[in-house]
Amino acid sequence: MEHLYEMLKQVDGYIYPNEIELHWGILIVLYPYITGLVAGAFILASLERVFKIKVLRPTYHLALLTALSFLIVAILPLVTHLGHPFRAYEIMTTPQVGSAMAIFGFVYLWYLMVVLLLEIWFDYRHDLVVWADQSKGFKRRIYKILTLGVTDISPKALAWDEKLGYIVTVIGIPSAFLLHGYVGFIFGSIKANPWWSTVLMPVIFLLSAMVSGIALVMFLYMIISWIRKVKIDMACLDEIGKFLFMVLILDFTLESLDQVHRIYEAEESFEILHMLVNGKLNITLFVFQGLMGTIIPLVILGLFRMYLPKEKIRIPMYFLVSNLVLFGVFFMRWNVVIGGQLFSKSFLGFTSFKLGMIGAEGFLMALVWMIMPFLILSFILWLVPPWKKHSE
Amino acid sequence: MPPQLKTLLPLLAVFICIFLVARHFLIPESFGKYGHYRADSMDETAAIPINYVGKEACAECHDTETAKLASDLHSVLSCEICHGPGALHVADAEKGILLKPGTREFCGTCHSINPARRTEVINQIDTKEHHPEKDNCIDCHNPHAVWELKE
Repeated sequence: MEHLYEMLKQVDGYIYPNEIELHWGILIVLYPYITGLVAGAFILASLERVFKIKVLRPTYHLALLTALSFLIVAILPLVTHLGHPFRAYEIMTTPQVGSAMAIFGFVYLWYLMVVLLLEIWFDYRHDLVVWADQSKGFKRRIYKILTLGVTDISPKALAWDEKLGYIVTVIGIPSAFLLHGYVGFIFGSIKANPWWSTVLMPVIFLLSAMVSGIALVMFLYMIISWIRKVKIDMACLDEIGKFLFMVLILDFTLESLDQVHRIYEAEESFEILHMLVNGKLNITLFVFQGLMGTIIPLVILGLFRMYLPKEKIRIPMYFLVSNLVLFGVFFMRWNVVIGGQLFSKSFLGFTSFKLGMIGAEGFLMALVWMIMPFLILSFILWLVPPWKKHSE
Repeated sequence: MPPQLKTLLPLLAVFICIFLVARHFLIPESFGKYGHYRADSMDETAAIPINYVGKEACAECHDTETAKLASDLHSVLSCEICHGPGALHVADAEKGILLKPGTREFCGTCHSINPARRTEVINQIDTKEHHPEKDNCIDCHNPHAVWELKE
């Protein structure tokens, strides 16, 4: 009972008992964030492959491998949050088709097995065969296993790689849309929560996913070029900047439309949401997501459309923009996930959320899952470096 | 047929077979009998021993206290709300020791001031201000008949 009295100190106004504590913490913020990075990076890769934007070639493989590294980690915040890793397989063995949340296992598996792994495999098969011949020992054995025994590198077989890889990418685009649209649907379909329940949610999630994925590949491309001490392909970087600008405008427009619609409709939930965005979400929404994550990048990228300064200025600016966008989209997820739980469904009160440092739901745990994809990517880049590809 | 598919398709078939076999062994036998859950879990839950016995079981021996309880404001309460689960005590009165709280903290769980509680339903006091010279509530109040004050 004392425990309840302690907790009531974090409550303002009237709130139902089960709303005092937030059940979805930072790990559930990470889940749509990481999934979005995957979908965004993949869509950037498909621009080169399917829409033949050849200038993006230097980032094509990097984008695919980034998507893979982040997809491997995407489920882990969920598993940590639920806390029963040994039961995790049950969503696959006994699928509950009536529940959108329970279908994630299949959406995930489809995207991982049918889209990403297959596309990367078709793309790298030729190189894997060559590398297996050239290397020795352990690495050789790994390359051999990765070829799955298909060692035919005759022009005819390579043409098949190209054709099948292309088909997979074409299937991959709607799949990437499905993956992240699905994550948006999870929130958008919760009719009891007016902060989440909007049909625009899947589209907004998808666009912000594309924004964050493009920014991530931009960031990684610059970092990796710097580590490898090679010159950045400015044409490619400018093109990524152009797409980032385009998607950012769309994202900003749709999110604003959603808010304008809410404000104009002013339903019974409006007052509490108004208090929410002007109170508890003030900084994270207006400063982090709006100003830093959207307006400043939009202004910089917009100026670059009118006037292209020298490389010396553009590179740090692109670096800044990619970081700001990644930061802003993280807080977009934060505002959705945490914001949606801060107000009472009675529309009469608020609870608060304090992020702990340690523990299964703490900041450090989230940091681990945020660093992990970069470690996996480093390993993959060491194993199958795109810059050492036969075809490049 | 392209050489890639000659390997990938059988691999996919193997993967699906492994999944189906694993699924066969991983799904509990009684799953889906009544709904989307393991039916045996119902019997397992039902087999868990019950710790509470109910007011009637207490009344069989403690008729004086039960009569007193029925005479005053606490008449709606069950004995085990304050004394804790009584199954062990019913089985063996020597071994199953029951609780006899009566501290300010314990009574305060219901009777300390809380704006969310209706005063017409539950009498509330400030547990710090109310007769601070006494240690426990039961120093004055008889919990079985709360308005029967000692002294």
